Amino acid sequence: MGEKKIKLSDLNKQLADMGVKSLEGIKIEGDIELEIETGAGGVGPLFAYYFGAEVAKVAVQLVNMAKAFGYPIDSLLQPVAVAGAIAPAEIKAAAPEIPAFKIPDTLAKAKFEVGTDATWKHQIQEVQLGATKAEGGSRGHVIKIGGEKAMPFFYDAAMPNRPVVTMDVFDMPIGMAKAVKMHYEEVMNDPAEWAKKCVNEFGADMITTHLISTDPLIKDTSAKEAVKVVEDVLQAVDVPICIGGSGNPEKDVEVLTRASETAQGERALIASASLNLDWEAIGRSCAENNNVCLSWTQLEINAQKELDRKLIKVAGVPRDSIVIDPTTAALAYGLDFAYSNMERIRIGALKGDQELAFPMSSGTTNAWGVREAWMIGSPNKEDSDWGDRMLRGPIWEILTGFSLAMAGVDIFMMMNPIAVAYLQEITQSLMGLIEAKTPDTTNWITTEA
Amino acid sequence: MKESSPLNLYKFLPKTNCGECGDETCMAFAAGLIARERTIDECKPLFDPEKQKKYGKKLAQLKEVLAPEVSLIYLGTGDQQIKVGGEDVMYRHQMTYFNKPPFAYDVTDAMDEADLVERVKLIHSWKKFYIGNWENVEMVAVRSVTGDPDKFAKCVKKVMENTDKPLILCSFDPKVLKAGLELAAEKRPLIYAANKDNWKEVAQLAYDYKVPVTLSSPFDLDGLKSLAITFREMGLKDLVLDPGTAPNGEKLQESLQNFIKLRRAAVDEGQKDFNYPVMSIPLNAWFTTDDPVRGAYWESVLSATFVIRGADIMIRHSMEPHSVMPDMHLRFNIYTDPRSPVKVKPGLNKVGKPDETSPIYLTTNFALTYYTVESDLGSNEIDSYLLAVDTDGIGVQASVAGGQITPSKIKDSFAEAGVDFEKTSHRSFILPGMCARFSGELDELYKYKVKALVGPEDSGRIPGWMKTQWPPKWEEE
Repeated sequence: MGEKKIKLSDLNKQLADMGVKSLEGIKIEGDIELEIETGAGGVGPLFAYYFGAEVAKVAVQLVNMAKAFGYPIDSLLQPVAVAGAIAPAEIKAAAPEIPAFKIPDTLAKAKFEVGTDATWKHQIQEVQLGATKAEGGSRGHVIKIGGEKAMPFFYDAAMPNRPVVTMDVFDMPIGMAKAVKMHYEEVMNDPAEWAKKCVNEFGADMITTHLISTDPLIKDTSAKEAVKVVEDVLQAVDVPICIGGSGNPEKDVEVLTRASETAQGERALIASASLNLDWEAIGRSCAENNNVCLSWTQLEINAQKELDRKLIKVAGVPRDSIVIDPTTAALAYGLDFAYSNMERIRIGALKGDQELAFPMSSGTTNAWGVREAWMIGSPNKEDSDWGDRMLRGPIWEILTGFSLAMAGVDIFMMMNPIAVAYLQEITQSLMGLIEAKTPDTTNWITTEA
Repeated sequence: MKESSPLNLYKFLPKTNCGECGDETCMAFAAGLIARERTIDECKPLFDPEKQKKYGKKLAQLKEVLAPEVSLIYLGTGDQQIKVGGEDVMYRHQMTYFNKPPFAYDVTDAMDEADLVERVKLIHSWKKFYIGNWENVEMVAVRSVTGDPDKFAKCVKKVMENTDKPLILCSFDPKVLKAGLELAAEKRPLIYAANKDNWKEVAQLAYDYKVPVTLSSPFDLDGLKSLAITFREMGLKDLVLDPGTAPNGEKLQESLQNFIKLRRAAVDEGQKDFNYPVMSIPLNAWFTTDDPVRGAYWESVLSATFVIRGADIMIRHSMEPHSVMPDMHLRFNIYTDPRSPVKVKPGLNKVGKPDETSPIYLTTNFALTYYTVESDLGSNEIDSYLLAVDTDGIGVQASVAGGQITPSKIKDSFAEAGVDFEKTSHRSFILPGMCARFSGELDELYKYKVKALVGPEDSGRIPGWMKTQWPPKWEEE
């Protein structure tokens, strides 16, 4: 990179001697020397900025002189630099820093276009829950979940089936948050009545019967005794059902296989097979009795793939009889993990990962384990008022479930009837299924709320 | 930024490994830029006036490459400055969402002064502690209900006397906006909004007062793009887009799909002429009901919809705890960086009011596990101690497999926390069930003077475990 220093007095000679065809960079120093640097960027506003008006004035004279000598200077020096160099007052007159603000007469014409996600080429497995008499069961109707070709509520492809809610019923009274308990107090000792109430009053799509009394640490009810409750519930309601155990990995195998036999042909959702119990026995029992196997893993996408693979290849569960539960961590309690785990699973499935392409289930009731859902007030005295827990609880369950609906959940296990109603309303609204006159919100600014 | 290779950023850096940024090499700094852990202004030589001849062009190119896919604008000034937009991904697991959408709660110029001041104070002071941080409300939206510029100015003045949080000045009447800007412009408020009718006057205001401006074109993305391109060509680039937030019915579905389309256009398709931050107005929930609970719930649900799918800023109404709290938590969860596990500080903590007879549990410092165990103990009123072993934020099962938790590490952690088992009545601690295989080795490490009990695999089963296993039985000594 060549660099020459020039005295003002012999500018003419120097410029001529250099034989430059273009001036690539010019710099003025305190003693009025001009540095011409070849190969540098053009002279910009920085030129004026760094060397101030006084020095720049000299530069302008130099430039004028150079021009007089016939050098192609105009094309090299931006007007803004020269103007800026002269004096602030003259900037606008010569050439404004940015082009004058000018409002056009009309709006620019524009057309917005955006594509769909071309990587979503595969469909989620559709799974039927419940079976009618004609199909070998005893349900009044069946429910289909899954079958998506896009992320939920995206415009890429409509959802073929709406998300459904299965409401929890327990085979014995259990402790629950006040805002939940108030709805069930009179049916707590009668699972059949409990189930009826959920279906008739609260709009449950399905009923989950949790056989928690079988836990050796609770009542240790025998499997044989426990499944009588399943029979009662099947008698009491004609919606498809789900059957859960106590969570004890040893006992659940016996309880759930027995329950699967009791619900033979019903396409009941059996909850659940997991990697830390005898998944093969549970899977086989589902396959043999025409039930649907819930494949439950804990926030780990690779474990989910492994279990699904094993259920299909080892236990012989048909693809149309698997629902997956990647675990629901509730709002403020790890929801971010549950959300992204599910979103990854669903996107992976849409892109073609067959080990993940199943409808998803969420144990949304977990929301009630979060202290913000049930505590009377904050343990932290500096927090703003937590308000009424009877109002706080249901919204905790709503948002836990709804967030995961956005990530791809198809079936929600829930408890609070208000939460169920809101979850149904928002998911169906976003599918365009709920007709409502949309108010004109154009003038929201002036509304007196 | 779509670039994912440090090598492609390295070529724009000085390549001198000067170390001024704190990284030893320019390549390491480039990797930091890719991970969004470093910002370009930390490379001092690139900005050195003396070196612009050398670096000016590279700096300009680098800025272009680094620019976020959804453009980033700043609202407010000083400590209260807020970043809006600046997102780079469609789904949070692809990297992270960066700038949580500020919640702006509304006040109006029709409120009487006492109500106004009370509400501003409530908005200003709202806070909740969560995973080591205070969550706050970021902004106040001042609505001109009266349409009177003087009343609006008076209201803005009163709001500014009671909070330094950035404002959104809301009116479609340029005269009203001007009255607000006269008072608030220096604090860099956002103005709402220019539309197809008032855009010329509002553009002039945005230019005169140098403030960011919202463009409103409900349910008409062609119209919105037309406004955006027109403003951009005028040199106004600090823009926010309002594509409309319908509170119910099929229009609500359309609203969500519009947000998805805008984010996808910006992030997946790189439509640089239409990649501005997007505003949602869940406040519109209140058009559907007079019932205060229904209104608050529905506003919460709408907020969740748009927090998850692409809103960069929101105007809201309900300050009821059952609306603010869940939405604050949801926003926190969605904007948590999934790249780094959330950790708690390692060490011994009390649950309830433990004494020398109380059980001592341990788990890892993975925040989710830790808080779960803590809650299972606390909500079951089990007075106890809980040790968080430093596993670098990895959960129990994974850290057993990965060696982040070992018998000797457990012993060291108890020692560091100052636990003296001789002073307890039971001389024992309780391992997570998933650490069961450590118990023999721990017994040896403690020379059989301390018992390593094996607890349940799920802390939800601790209460049942306590019934049969606690306190431990020592053989007669």
